[in-house]
Amino acid sequence: MRNAFIDELVALAAVHPQIALVVGDLGYSVVEPFADRFPDRFINAGVAEQNMTGLAAGMASEGYHVFTYSIANFPSFRCAEQIRNDVAYHQLPVTVVAVGGGLAYGALGYSHHAVQDYALFRSFPNLLMAAPGDPMEVRACMRYLVEHPQPSYLRLGKAGEPSFHDSVPTVSPGRWLAVSPPQAQPQASRTVLCTGATLALAMQHWRQAADPALAVHSLPLWGMGCKSGQAEQVERFAHVLSMEDHLRDGGFGSWLQEALCVRPDLLPRLRADALDPVVCGTVGSQAMLNELGGLGRTLSSFWR
Amino acid sequence: MSSVALARGIRARALKMVHRAKASHIGSALSISDIVAVLYGDVLRVRPSEPAWPARDRFILSKGHACVAVYAALAARGFITEDALDQYGQDHSMLMNHISHKVPGVEFSTGSLGHGLPFGVGKALAAKRRGQDWRCFVLLSDGEWGEGSNWEACLFASHHGLDNLVAIVDYNKLQSLTSVAKTLALEPLADKFRSFGWHVDEVDGHDHDALRRALAAVPRQPGKPSMLLAHTTKGKGVSFMEGSVEWHYRSPNDTQLAQALSEVAAGGPAA
Repeated sequence: MRNAFIDELVALAAVHPQIALVVGDLGYSVVEPFADRFPDRFINAGVAEQNMTGLAAGMASEGYHVFTYSIANFPSFRCAEQIRNDVAYHQLPVTVVAVGGGLAYGALGYSHHAVQDYALFRSFPNLLMAAPGDPMEVRACMRYLVEHPQPSYLRLGKAGEPSFHDSVPTVSPGRWLAVSPPQAQPQASRTVLCTGATLALAMQHWRQAADPALAVHSLPLWGMGCKSGQAEQVERFAHVLSMEDHLRDGGFGSWLQEALCVRPDLLPRLRADALDPVVCGTVGSQAMLNELGGLGRTLSSFWR
Repeated sequence: MSSVALARGIRARALKMVHRAKASHIGSALSISDIVAVLYGDVLRVRPSEPAWPARDRFILSKGHACVAVYAALAARGFITEDALDQYGQDHSMLMNHISHKVPGVEFSTGSLGHGLPFGVGKALAAKRRGQDWRCFVLLSDGEWGEGSNWEACLFASHHGLDNLVAIVDYNKLQSLTSVAKTLALEPLADKFRSFGWHVDEVDGHDHDALRRALAAVPRQPGKPSMLLAHTTKGKGVSFMEGSVEWHYRSPNDTQLAQALSEVAAGGPAA
């Protein structure tokens, strides 16, 4: 996902002179293609994320679309107030890019685990969440955000994630993307609705199940502003399982449940697959931590 | 209108607004009234009829709680009407008790400290990268220097040679509970800023000629951001408010307002 991000950013910056990249002294062997090609629009703000975010807002107020970039919690939790007050309140086009969503930096420890970020940012009224499920969705989200500049939070995985789309899909806030082959969709009565890199887990299970009654969807763009429209998408399925590499409380599944409050009759159709807080403070590989946190456990029973 | 007369008007208006709204922070507003008057009277390149004029100088009030002084200056310069000031702190008013970008002429909403300078750094950097000649002025409190984000911005501004950036410290030496010295001592403050790579001037923050001289020509030193340490008195111009911590939070009653307005009209407390 990191490489898809930088490739797409370079391509977009070539035709959008307002795009700038500000990094918090991270991105070695990732950000160089942008820095080399657009030195006037690249800034390493150093290990100073609050200033990085504040100055990004200042640049955005002068017409730039600024992407701030760092690992997991540093450009997000560290400067939550700058994002809330400077960026989102002023509705400035700053995209906060967090690399290593969920437990991608598993062995690096709790400081690098982003498992509460949805809870924080989905409570910001003017902030759009972007949690792509694969490199193609990264590119799709980037294109949407540049075409629709606004305060946004882009949560990336790390590197090496597989692609599940044949081409870059078109995404829009709140709209589910069919990821399992669309020709199977009419027969499907159950779907897994993923956000972020959990898409790989869902697709792995889906392939093993090989059941036409099962589908997988991704929702890469969501947030407080796009709850409406969820009910009619849920209504198409007898059962929907939300899936996220984030703690259950305040996360994506909770968001979907809130969105269905207008249709409480649909709530029994929902289940949620998310992480248990037992992962907090434990280190290991991403796969080991996801398993420890119970991610995929509900998915296994959901397919039966 | 001279800047001295403008400052007098700002003080009177600020007192009335705070009294009417039963709001706080009049001491902080009186502290910066002379600085704001010199900026809006003599220094800032702005067009009241065109608040978003691209070539304007940018002014950011980082100590957003002192906003009544800026609202009063904006009214005096014609950005907003004098009548609008009566809405300060009222239900649904755009004139919030911490400065709001919903008000024409205001660049940035603040209220949480430590945000104005990083934002101003971003603006100054944008101007530099695009070869634009406008300047960015940021007015901060002294207690605000407890915020680490300001020191981050200080490092960045000098590293990038932002000589189109001017930070002004309203150095009244009082915080909300007690003095700066007893809270988180700042001295030697000028030396700190110089060691961070800034050009530093120190002035009496109530001396209009000194303020004008320090702010007239930017950059003060090519290649370096400018810091103006403006030594001020909290509550300046009203005898019972000067140097008093309690007027960080209190608002004057009717009797106190009358006395304060009388002293301001006379140009300050009797000697």
